[in-house]
Amino acid sequence: MNASTVIFWIIAVLAVGSAIVATYAKNIVNAAFGLFFTLLAIAGVYVFLDADFLAITQVVVYVGGILVLLLFGILLTNKNIDFVTVDGSRSYLVGTLLGAALLVMVLSILQLATWNNVPTAPPPGGTTAPIGYMLLKNYLLAFEFSSVTLLAALIGAAYLVRGRDKD
Amino acid sequence: MGPIGLQHYLVLGAILFVLGVIGIVSRKNAVGILISIELMLNAANINLIAFSRYSNKPIFPTTMPEAAYMDGQVFAIFVIILAACEAAVALAIILNLFNMFGTIEVDDADTMRG
Repeated sequence: MNASTVIFWIIAVLAVGSAIVATYAKNIVNAAFGLFFTLLAIAGVYVFLDADFLAITQVVVYVGGILVLLLFGILLTNKNIDFVTVDGSRSYLVGTLLGAALLVMVLSILQLATWNNVPTAPPPGGTTAPIGYMLLKNYLLAFEFSSVTLLAALIGAAYLVRGRDKD
Repeated sequence: MGPIGLQHYLVLGAILFVLGVIGIVSRKNAVGILISIELMLNAANINLIAFSRYSNKPIFPTTMPEAAYMDGQVFAIFVIILAACEAAVALAIILNLFNMFGTIEVDDADTMRG
């Protein structure tokens, strides 16, 4: 068992443990911080998979953008002065049983296949240039559509949160 | 514990996805549901990038040899873009929900219940 295996297990345990916090925490702020550590651990997993550009994008977009947006959403929609939102009384029992059944099903299907465990050589000089090439060559239409979608979503969000006109 | 292979990443992605499903089914807080959705999208991203790393057959012909196995990573970028769109619109909807009902518990927004 070499060092990189140990580091992978540490990262995987951190990801799963903080995801459990993000799922089961009574306080919604604690859940958001659980998601924070999960996202950072997943960026570490991307580094293990030689996806350096994706790891940086994960940290910048998810941790720097989406998580801050989530925290804004929590703090703006909270009437209590101590910023603690206790989740409702719905039982986790049914959801946990359902999830356990789903996990057993997926894992038993995973056992059936023989997976290729020999990774291909990562591109020399990082993945940024190949990803840029693919975005502007093979996936150009999807790239343009996603940019229009992002623009429309941001305009729509700004329109939705705008206050009513006083007239 | 042998060397890390493709199955390890797939199992990690499956566990994170299932945790997201549990959160969506169990939570009443709209922001909590959004957190669980982000977990599920990240689990899908782990799978995409792992398959991209361990694939040995290019999907499309390409003139750049280093880009032959990058399809999974490009898909992951599109997932991240759509997650950003979804988070912005969902938070706008949650703020409107809070202005209308004074709460973001999704069970309380039952105006159209018959």
